[in-house]
Amino acid sequence: MKILVPVKRVIDYNVKPRVKSDGSGVDLANVKMSMNPFDEISVEEAIRLKEAGKAEEIVAVSVGPQKAQETLRTALAMGADRAILVVTDEEVEPLGVAKILAKIVEEEAPQLVITGKQAIDDDSNQTGQMLAALLGWGQGTFANTVELDSDSITVKREIDGGLQTVKLNLPAVVTTDLRLNEPRYASLPNIMKAKKKPMDEKTPADYGVDISPRLTTITVSEPPVRQAGEKVEDVDALVAKLKAVGAI
Amino acid sequence: MKTLVLVEHDNTDMKDATLAVVTAASQLGEVHALVIGSSCGSVAEQAAKVAGVATVHVADDAALANQLAENAAPLIASLMETHDAFLAPATTTGKNIAPRVAALLDVMQISDILSVESEDTFTRPIYAGNAIATVKSSDAKKVITVRGTAFDKAAAEGGSGTIEAVGGASDAGLSSFVSEEIAKSERPELTSAKIIVSGGRALGSGEKFEEVITPLADKLGAGIGASRAAVDAGYVPNDYQVGQTGKIVAPEVYIAIGISGAIQHLAGMKDSKIIVAINKDEDAPIFQVADIGLVADLFDAVPELTSKV
Repeated sequence: MKILVPVKRVIDYNVKPRVKSDGSGVDLANVKMSMNPFDEISVEEAIRLKEAGKAEEIVAVSVGPQKAQETLRTALAMGADRAILVVTDEEVEPLGVAKILAKIVEEEAPQLVITGKQAIDDDSNQTGQMLAALLGWGQGTFANTVELDSDSITVKREIDGGLQTVKLNLPAVVTTDLRLNEPRYASLPNIMKAKKKPMDEKTPADYGVDISPRLTTITVSEPPVRQAGEKVEDVDALVAKLKAVGAI
Repeated sequence: MKTLVLVEHDNTDMKDATLAVVTAASQLGEVHALVIGSSCGSVAEQAAKVAGVATVHVADDAALANQLAENAAPLIASLMETHDAFLAPATTTGKNIAPRVAALLDVMQISDILSVESEDTFTRPIYAGNAIATVKSSDAKKVITVRGTAFDKAAAEGGSGTIEAVGGASDAGLSSFVSEEIAKSERPELTSAKIIVSGGRALGSGEKFEEVITPLADKLGAGIGASRAAVDAGYVPNDYQVGQTGKIVAPEVYIAIGISGAIQHLAGMKDSKIIVAINKDEDAPIFQVADIGLVADLFDAVPELTSKV
């Protein structure tokens, strides 16, 4: 079985984003970028399925700027077999990414696509579901545990209030939640080996899909700043303060 | 504009999350509610009483019992022929179904909106709430998920919507429900609790979490939350998690105990009215957003606090 793993290059999760003063967006110049944390979990899960003898090939794919090849190299160093980079300097919305991925799925015919549940930059949480819709496949979103069989996949999902288990026919789309696994670090020898693994470069035009944006960002602003609070000396002062503001 | 609001429910009771979505929808136009499920008549009756709801469409079918997105989305997409906007709460149900509907309609979803600026313009948080984007949609049909804490709740009583049955549901044959483990709790639900007591890694163990956090929450009638670290360490189940990837809450009072205040955690609670932090590290980032801070060992301070409130 072949598994397709879409990965996104995003601002590193430890970096506090700064809004540009002209309100045009978030300043990404000279900011550390990394693989979206949920996508690391996707790559890890695909590798584990391969190590368990349930998958033969893992194809990592990214839609983004030329520099997204670094993100794909990371996926290759973790254990993906080859990569496809769809180069564009435009920001592609989840719908556009899902359309490109749907075309790649047609070409590659994977039985399983594992995506992260959301990217930590746009926080959309859409691409996996949209891809499943476009392909007419089942979707196992917010996966906490997966069990892959030859013609189905059982996904335990993290839902409000607890966990839900669903069974999907293959092929299917799974989106990963934080607790699916603990992603591995790429070792130095594997990073070196990853440089020799194949990476195809494409453009959105190669897939002939319309990815023109449907949403226009009018402005990006800072969230309201909280008033600085005060520290109290002890529990008695805390209780008094809580009573004073009517909290208890 | 005719809107269609997805009602959040468990086939018996309508959930509060729906009420905030009705408020958002009423800012766009006429509000229609949609109940999908199985034997969900009581939910439809509750939805019809919500102030501002004109019509409740009820799709009651065995194939919709667990609201699987594969079965729900085509039905919703077909209803969108006669509606202009589909709004769902940004709950796990809404987030699962709405993007599938959007793709079937070939429109971009607008996720987790904070406000309605006009019929086609909305604000939404990006980068874990570190920036607010104002976006304008050029799509003819709007598909939107709504952040529950950003809108007032519509009155649950006083409305008199008409109930209409919707047919045409079918099993897409792509997926099936296996089982569910729902944590039973007498506590207020996190997303609607007035007070939340939340614990972090500093608690050290599940037993200590239970021993220190629970009595305070009991005393205050509060919901219990947790940081990702506490969930990952197995102190509490994952649906306790507050943050960018967990639940977004905005209670009257949020008491963060032994939580450092990482960006991802703040994303889930920084709209709380009053934030109280108890932490022994006086440089913890949580103190930068806390209205009231106490630098102390939580194992001394919290039991003392519990005894004094």
